[in-house]
Amino acid sequence: MNNLIKNRVILGLDELSLREVNATLQVNIEETDDAYFQIRNPKGAHALACGLTSPMLVEIDGHAGYYCAGMNQRARLIVNGNVGQGVAENMMSGSVRVKGNASQSAGATMHGGLLVIDGNAAARCGISLKGGDIVVKGNVGHMSMFMAQTGRLVVIGDAGQALGDSIYEARIYVRGKVDSLGADCVEKDMLEKHYDELRQLLGQAECSEFNVHEFRRYGSARKLYNFKAENISAY
Amino acid sequence: MCGIVGLFLKSKELRSELGSMFTPMLVEMTSRGPDSAGVAIYRDEHDGSNWKITTFSPDQYTDWIALADNIKFELGIELSVHSNNSHCVFVTDSEPSAVVEAIERNNPEMQVMSVGKLVEIYKETGLPTEVATRFKIDQMAGTHAVGHTRMATESAVTTAGSHPYSTGHDVCLVHNGSLSNHNRLRENLVKSAGIKFRTENDTEVAAAFISDRLANDYNLHEALTDCISELDGFYTFVAGSADGFAVLRDPIACKPAVLAESDSYVAFGSEYRALTTLPDIEHASVWEPEPAVVYSWSLN
Repeated sequence: MNNLIKNRVILGLDELSLREVNATLQVNIEETDDAYFQIRNPKGAHALACGLTSPMLVEIDGHAGYYCAGMNQRARLIVNGNVGQGVAENMMSGSVRVKGNASQSAGATMHGGLLVIDGNAAARCGISLKGGDIVVKGNVGHMSMFMAQTGRLVVIGDAGQALGDSIYEARIYVRGKVDSLGADCVEKDMLEKHYDELRQLLGQAECSEFNVHEFRRYGSARKLYNFKAENISAY
Repeated sequence: MCGIVGLFLKSKELRSELGSMFTPMLVEMTSRGPDSAGVAIYRDEHDGSNWKITTFSPDQYTDWIALADNIKFELGIELSVHSNNSHCVFVTDSEPSAVVEAIERNNPEMQVMSVGKLVEIYKETGLPTEVATRFKIDQMAGTHAVGHTRMATESAVTTAGSHPYSTGHDVCLVHNGSLSNHNRLRENLVKSAGIKFRTENDTEVAAAFISDRLANDYNLHEALTDCISELDGFYTFVAGSADGFAVLRDPIACKPAVLAESDSYVAFGSEYRALTTLPDIEHASVWEPEPAVVYSWSLN
């Protein structure tokens, strides 16, 4: 951390344009550089810290707007506030932690990485998830994990209506109540491997205090999409 | 698209600042709606016991005083004149419906924007900053205000097509979205409640629906609750009444919304960035309103 503080670069949106801030962050940096950027006065700006490709720590002090940390690769982002729609949209790798609440479509079309939301996520969290993991400490809104293909969502609070509608091979763990399940989404048994997986996910999200035995698992009944489990060897 | 902002002051000390707190919120939403803008502001500038009839004239040379003199003569009433750019607030202690009728009969090109003891509605085409400047919104004091920046989809870019809408005394509504059953609802409201519609706009129908419920002794919270079952389409509503302020999103929650509440105010924005200039917003509670849940606040 000492090295990080030494390397800290403060970028204020009261002094720099959004484009300047993003261009500064979109640089090639080596892991060993311990790059640390602190963004101040975000004032709800859209598309903040998008398209990062290098390992670095970016801390946003305040609330961000739409599509924060979109398309992230390898960077680690922390938002000390709320975010608007589509946080970490299409994230490929790295991690994003939101200390406040997220608006709808959090982690939409993510391919990899870890998204952690300490507060609530609104509707359509994890929509069309294609990989990676989302952990929400609060609740998620309706239609979360709609058409999610692979990857995992952990909800420590409650889930809204039509959870996992038209889901493919993604897995959902919910500790609280589920308002309703979407088409072709069913509750499934928790096997030892699922407890192990959940334990690991909660650990990564720094939420190990929760008991994995309090969670239920949900996934695809595989009756809706054009995939037959018996043909799995063909894929 | 379209942007909505709303500000409801809980603290009496801030009332003189209402306009100056509200104007930057409206202007920040320009990118969501650059076609036209409108503001409904609740204030007792002209003695809260009298009626205020806010009227728009497309003719910049309108002689408001002569117009008022004609009405005073015709109806035998007192009527004071407070013009503000293309709008004028007529103030009277007499029954306002006769005044409205006289204005509209004698001046078909004009439009009555609002009738109430507190509300005044100003709307114009043009960039929100130009509209706010024209009416000097930043200098107005009051208890609450709602505003709208419009990107027209359902009807033309005209002053009449701008929001907020009012169809009842001290009621106003701004809307982001589009309703799909407004034609049938309009028919029903014309038949059952005799409400007169001034535009083809879907939002006016929603405003009329709410006014009709309020006229039947619903409070604002109950009126908006009824919207959930009766209105079809996409909507985020911010509604104002003489002493109330309420927010509702449709059950799908298609349109964005952010609420903030501190000890001294409640603020609404289509996006958080509309709220960043408010005092102590960093410490306000900020959240996204849940779909199909009515949030309401009252001065009493």
